[in-house]
Amino acid sequence: MAADSHVNASARPGPPLWLLLELTYRCPLHCAFCYNPTDFASTTAELGTDDWLRVLREARALGAVQLGLSGGEPLTRDDLEVIVQEAHGLGFYTNLITSGVGLTEARLRALKKAGLDHIQLSFQDSTRQMNDFLSSTRTFELKSAVAALIKQYDYPMVLNVVLHRLNIDHVEEILEMALRLGADYVELANTQYYGWAWHNREQLLPSRAQVEKAEQTMRRFRERPGRQMQIYFVVPDYFERRPKPCMNGLGSIFLTITPDGTALPCHAARMLPVLEFPNVRNASIEQVWYEAESFNHFRGDAWMKEPCRSCPEKARDFGGCRCQAFLLTGDASNADPVCDLSPHHHLVTEAVARADHAAAGADGASGGARREAAVEKPLVFRSPQNSSRLHSRRDGN
Amino acid sequence: MSQISVEAGSRPAVERGFRLQWEAAQNAYVLLYPEGMIKLNASAGEILKRCDGTATIADITADLERAFATSGLSADVIHFVTMALEKKWLQILT
Repeated sequence: MAADSHVNASARPGPPLWLLLELTYRCPLHCAFCYNPTDFASTTAELGTDDWLRVLREARALGAVQLGLSGGEPLTRDDLEVIVQEAHGLGFYTNLITSGVGLTEARLRALKKAGLDHIQLSFQDSTRQMNDFLSSTRTFELKSAVAALIKQYDYPMVLNVVLHRLNIDHVEEILEMALRLGADYVELANTQYYGWAWHNREQLLPSRAQVEKAEQTMRRFRERPGRQMQIYFVVPDYFERRPKPCMNGLGSIFLTITPDGTALPCHAARMLPVLEFPNVRNASIEQVWYEAESFNHFRGDAWMKEPCRSCPEKARDFGGCRCQAFLLTGDASNADPVCDLSPHHHLVTEAVARADHAAAGADGASGGARREAAVEKPLVFRSPQNSSRLHSRRDGN
Repeated sequence: MSQISVEAGSRPAVERGFRLQWEAAQNAYVLLYPEGMIKLNASAGEILKRCDGTATIADITADLERAFATSGLSADVIHFVTMALEKKWLQILT
């Protein structure tokens, strides 16, 4: 085992094949399940256009090939078209991950011309009422119009809906909506509990019965005759017994650059306290990826503790998610507590038990009353004001 | 799913939303699609790069046989193109 880890740690890692640029933390939506850090309001100035273009060139030269443009809402940057054009010219496959807010026909035409390959559009729920409640905005009609525009410009229509306790019972309606909008793909992504979602976890985590019902609904929908629409269901890992192979191991293929230029091996990793992450304002992508101690730290398996270190499954799941290990156990080198071999697994099952209990408490009430019961303890919506308020009282997440 | 039939006169092309390109860093052709990538082995890359929507299966086979100074590739090409159609990497343009 020791020989293995030595080999793993010393081999030059492959290139950062997947580059995610979080162009901005500005966002017209205020989703309570956002993975962005809750202290985003205190981050310094966003990178300028030239810095982003340099990041693209340097990452592409190393072999990066998939590009995600996200945020916040990337359309709040008026240089998005310039960034897409440079990325396309360099040979990136360009993916825009957007709420749709700001995607006018003029901008879509310009983005298409610049070479944008793909658009993923988020919805928060199937009805105006719930979409607008969950995003704390009035955006449902606008998103529906953007969906039509995306089809008009001959993009495959890919909808992403983040699922949680307050909308997971609407999976059928969500899929009907997707069908109506002409979606080619629907991603039903169960909430991952980082950032704002972590802050609101006790209100967002669904019960096991809710998850099982949603999966059944989805399977039934898949078997329906008629027009084909591909449905992806991102499994909620709190209900699993083995962890996800998060990022295929930190520092393996995935590189995120945050709005202020901080380079991360995963979009949630800024919370990890053992690491000081480099910034692309004063480091090249090659230095970031191959030399930074914070990127090398979780490569290989020398960092692992038991039960991961001697586990035959470590090559498959890499011990799970470092951020989840840190959030739940306080130590990023522990096994992801989703794993039932982890001595901390009870932290996950207890959270699920609380969600089951909350659902049982709401049973018998009507749908509307149930929702009111669920929001009685208020969700904290993602906003600059809430970000400042949360972090004026205390540090950390 | 309906039976996909590939004939000598079929003209395959990379499916909408997919892009084939050479990646020096991986020393391989890759097929890119929304938020994903398939790294192709050498023979898959050689076949796919000839699927331009104008060349027929017969053209592609003849070109490969010429390029690699061999013969009898027809069954291999049809087998691969059929698989790639099932995976929706390719479409047939008529």
